[in-house]
Amino acid sequence: MSFLTYLISGLSLGSIYAIIALGYTMVYGIAKMLNFAHGDFIMVGCYIIFSVTGALSGNSAIGIIAAIVLCTLLGITTEFVAYRPLRGAASPLAVLITAIGVSYFLENVALLIFGADIKSFSSVIKWEGFTLADGQLRIQGVTIVTILVSVVVLVVLQLFIKKTKQGQAMLAASEDKGAAALMGINVNRTIMLTFAIGSALAAIAGALLCSAYPSLSPYTGAMPGIKAFVAAVLGGIGSIPGAMIGGLMLGIIEILSKTYISSQLSDAIVFGILVIVLLVKPTGILGKVIQEKV
Amino acid sequence: MKLNKKSKDNYITYAIVMVAYLIFQILSATGNLSSHMTGLLVPMTYYAVIAVALNLCVGILGELSIGHCGFMCIGAFSSAFFSKLTENVLAWPIRFFLAFVIGIAFAALFGFLIGIPVLRLKGDYLAIVTLAFGEIIKNVINAFYIGVDGNGVHFSMKNSMELNMEPDGNLIINGAMGITGTPHNSNFTIGIIVLLLSLFVVQNLINSRDGRAIMAVRDNYIAAEATGINVTRYKMMAFVLSAAIAGAAGVLFSHNITTLTASSQYFGYNASIMILVYVVLGGIGNIRGSVIAACVLYLLPELLRGFSTYRMLIYSIVLIVMMIVNWSPRVIEKREKLAAKIGFGSRKKIAR
Repeated sequence: MSFLTYLISGLSLGSIYAIIALGYTMVYGIAKMLNFAHGDFIMVGCYIIFSVTGALSGNSAIGIIAAIVLCTLLGITTEFVAYRPLRGAASPLAVLITAIGVSYFLENVALLIFGADIKSFSSVIKWEGFTLADGQLRIQGVTIVTILVSVVVLVVLQLFIKKTKQGQAMLAASEDKGAAALMGINVNRTIMLTFAIGSALAAIAGALLCSAYPSLSPYTGAMPGIKAFVAAVLGGIGSIPGAMIGGLMLGIIEILSKTYISSQLSDAIVFGILVIVLLVKPTGILGKVIQEKV
Repeated sequence: MKLNKKSKDNYITYAIVMVAYLIFQILSATGNLSSHMTGLLVPMTYYAVIAVALNLCVGILGELSIGHCGFMCIGAFSSAFFSKLTENVLAWPIRFFLAFVIGIAFAALFGFLIGIPVLRLKGDYLAIVTLAFGEIIKNVINAFYIGVDGNGVHFSMKNSMELNMEPDGNLIINGAMGITGTPHNSNFTIGIIVLLLSLFVVQNLINSRDGRAIMAVRDNYIAAEATGINVTRYKMMAFVLSAAIAGAAGVLFSHNITTLTASSQYFGYNASIMILVYVVLGGIGNIRGSVIAACVLYLLPELLRGFSTYRMLIYSIVLIVMMIVNWSPRVIEKREKLAAKIGFGSRKKIAR
């Protein structure tokens, strides 16, 4: 029974990784850049929920909406100010270093505003959950909501990409920016939209992450962000179902290795998986092979 | 004696370092250096050394490593372990020299082992995998327990009780508590010597046949491969050398600190990014710039107390602005137009 408990908490953590990884994978698939600051958008979202909920004496619904709206704006602004000028730069390192700079910037702004001390985040989900099998198996409300939200997000995103014009524009831009522009697609706006969606997902992931693990500091988002990138690579970067599969696998692996191997080494194991995946199958589980030409 | 431009450039770098050394020594001898300032001198040298190492990787090899502090960590722990083990056996100059050999050798070995998988990747993937390795190194060292007693060396990855040592045993690496009481052998002079040596190695590499091959791989690896350059070999050469120099910085680090722990403060990716800031600000590919930037950026915030709260914030803004100003196609175009208008002509940039 305890194994089942761990499996469920792994699924819950994995769902959070999956939502973050969806944002990563979309941005990477279309803008072809690693948005290092993605994890920090999560942290910003958490702080917005924390402050708004605190100011409104516990109304977390408005907090979540505010976080989604503000994170979306933050994503768009970041793309416009920091990343867009570097599109087409001679060195691919330029935009990566800028992204690291943005990540650093957000962490330090949060540090100046909120301080380094860890804030206790009250869960946005008030439902206690239920117990099964005579109280031996307890499933928390957060867990169920997290898993449900990730499934809904996955389905909505898939429908958006497959069925809407904007979604098709995204696919086209991810295949070939020049050709997409010739077909009348506004590539800049499409990339901006991708950032907006990714950042909104980061806010949602933040609400769920901090509800499940209620300690909030300026560095809250950094590790989950990086692990979500690992998940995106594991599932195949650029692939939306891949991000989901990768996220779930990574969450389960992390919780199980924490329980059965060593809590100190669990991060090392997660990163070890990244290394193995990149060596054995660099395209991930569902990724496409891209041959580089001269 | 007639010097070509490149060796002249190199000698200017050595001269700057030596002049800085003399100034600090004179200040120190005349009592004008506060004890706080004196304490900053050794860290300044090892940050300069690791900035040189990272610039070799980022500027010359052209691959972004965000795990370089991991190599520093390996150099620090292997050398501190050796120094603790032989503290009462060897005289300090010999021991410290051997500690350098061991720290550098271990860092180079791990640079090689990590390089095998890492250098098969490029760009974003390479960056994130170096980050991953940096974190793995830190986590694994935090789980190490090594002790020595009459029966030999004991090793565990659980806790210090698992070692089953004799009561008189000597616990050397105590998991997350790290290594305590490494002899303080690092001093400013040795730090400067290490810095000069690493500058010598890196600058001579850049101006050698091997260095040009490495830069050819950086600029276009397909073209480099087509001209018969062994891409893997040269990538590995630069990466291992960079790791080895980072290891030397680690040796200086560990012999300057009372308690050595594999904490994120010193060896996490935030620390690696700090060094990246030095490299970017000094100019990617510009070795002398890295040394100056590392020294100035390390000393300034420590001296200006009011500034230190905003230090990281300012660094992050500097990082973003520097990148956009130096690399944005549109900004470059505007800058060239402006330069043409003023009459400088289009000055060609050196860095790539």
